[in-house]
Amino acid sequence: MLRFLRAAALVAAPWLVIVAAWYAVAYSGLVNPALLPKPHHVLAKFVELAHERLPLDMWMSTQRVFLGVTLGILLAVPVGFVLGWYKGARQFIDPVINFFRALPPIALIPLVIVYFGIGELAKVAILFYAAFFAGVIVMYEGIAQISPIYVRVARTLGATDSEIFRRVVIPLALPHVLTALRVALGVAWATLVASELIAAQQGLGALIQNASNFFQIDIIYVGIICIGLIALAMDLVLRAAARRLVSWQERIA
Amino acid sequence: MSAVQPVRVRFDRVSVDFPTATGPLTVVDDVTFEIRNGEFVSIIGPSGCGKTTMMSMVAGFLQPAKGSVTLDGKPIGGPGPERGVIFQEYGVFPWLTVEKNIEFGLTLAANRKPEAERREICQRYMRLMGLSDFARAYPKTLSGGMRQRLAIARAYAVKPEFLLMDEPFGALDAQTRSNMQDLLLQVLAAEGKTVMLITHSVEEAIYLSSKIIVATARPARIREVVDVPFTYPRDEGLHERPEFGELRSHIRNLVMQEYAAQQRQAARNSS
Repeated sequence: MLRFLRAAALVAAPWLVIVAAWYAVAYSGLVNPALLPKPHHVLAKFVELAHERLPLDMWMSTQRVFLGVTLGILLAVPVGFVLGWYKGARQFIDPVINFFRALPPIALIPLVIVYFGIGELAKVAILFYAAFFAGVIVMYEGIAQISPIYVRVARTLGATDSEIFRRVVIPLALPHVLTALRVALGVAWATLVASELIAAQQGLGALIQNASNFFQIDIIYVGIICIGLIALAMDLVLRAAARRLVSWQERIA
Repeated sequence: MSAVQPVRVRFDRVSVDFPTATGPLTVVDDVTFEIRNGEFVSIIGPSGCGKTTMMSMVAGFLQPAKGSVTLDGKPIGGPGPERGVIFQEYGVFPWLTVEKNIEFGLTLAANRKPEAERREICQRYMRLMGLSDFARAYPKTLSGGMRQRLAIARAYAVKPEFLLMDEPFGALDAQTRSNMQDLLLQVLAAEGKTVMLITHSVEEAIYLSSKIIVATARPARIREVVDVPFTYPRDEGLHERPEFGELRSHIRNLVMQEYAAQQRQAARNSS
């Protein structure tokens, strides 16, 4: 029990520091009170919105991120694998990947509107783009670093090509799939607001965008904190999955 | 082993070169020797001289540019479970527990064994290698010496006729190294295998082998083939015998000359 309390205190400590700093700045008079709401005002706003549009906004955003990341990773895993495994393919495709990876998704929004309109498809397309290029790079760097020794060992023990793929390559690729997923999720949440700038009616990005039009700074804070909380929750789930699936990995920390 | 045993592996005028930025580099040059059934052959020579390349050809990872490497008279086309390889860097599978590592080869189509037999083989090698207490542990929790024993157990489990070992004890401390050598001799006495060992250590080569091939500085040629006259089983006392000392100074002399040649080569190349 005591250990649990101590762990809880350690987890809570940095958050308390942030909230305390927030209060300190808000009451210091350094910032115009109209520009910086106090934490309890934001909390009150959160409770108020939680009975109105907030659940739908959170659901819509989560759904878009989930869809975009799922589709992006479904493509990034095989493409990243091929690029990492076959050095020949890398030479030709690497420059292409890096060209597209360097383009910020926001810069593509006008084109996406032209081709996909302003519906759900456009938002998922932007998130797909962001997730794919983030995921593919992680995946192929990871696969390229797999030591050839494990394949050699398996061959000397009599493994066939298909046995090597199923029993050696897949276990070695799995941690990289999970890392790609985590990175893609992070990038997708970062791109979410941009994707919901495309005339979205619902979603946390739309909430923030609307609030900014009406100078409702407390709502902007609510939206930002919700994005952070959902992203954190998804990352925790993924890390828990990683701990179960790849507990064999050697980690520095 | 008084009767002459059949030749299993034959190197016949084998040369290998690797492409480099400055043109092909010959690493093995016109090497001819043979390994008979049940022999323990060590290859010793300066580091980087091409010893590992010779073993890679027997393992089936590499084809000679000239000449041929044959196994029982047939050219070696690729790796196979009858040739167990113990790599310098162990290569234990980090995603499998100790017992799953040992059983890995026995679950492949090439040498699949029923569950009960697999368990039994696994138990036996874990006992032999002192790994029984770590059956469910992942390799990340094992020391270097234990990983090395795990790699050996995994290679033994599929009962290869040949063991190809590339500096298997190189990274171990002196005490563990000596224990592993004795363990290897015990297993060989019980199971009778043909062994090719690559080593830097003259003592190790003499203590374990029936025949020692001294390779020259790169490109590897055969400097001398030394027959080791001691009978098996051997024990630590062998190190104290005067014949052991004579053999050691003879081989050490040859190896030192090749190291000197390698240094002259390096000096020439850099000037």
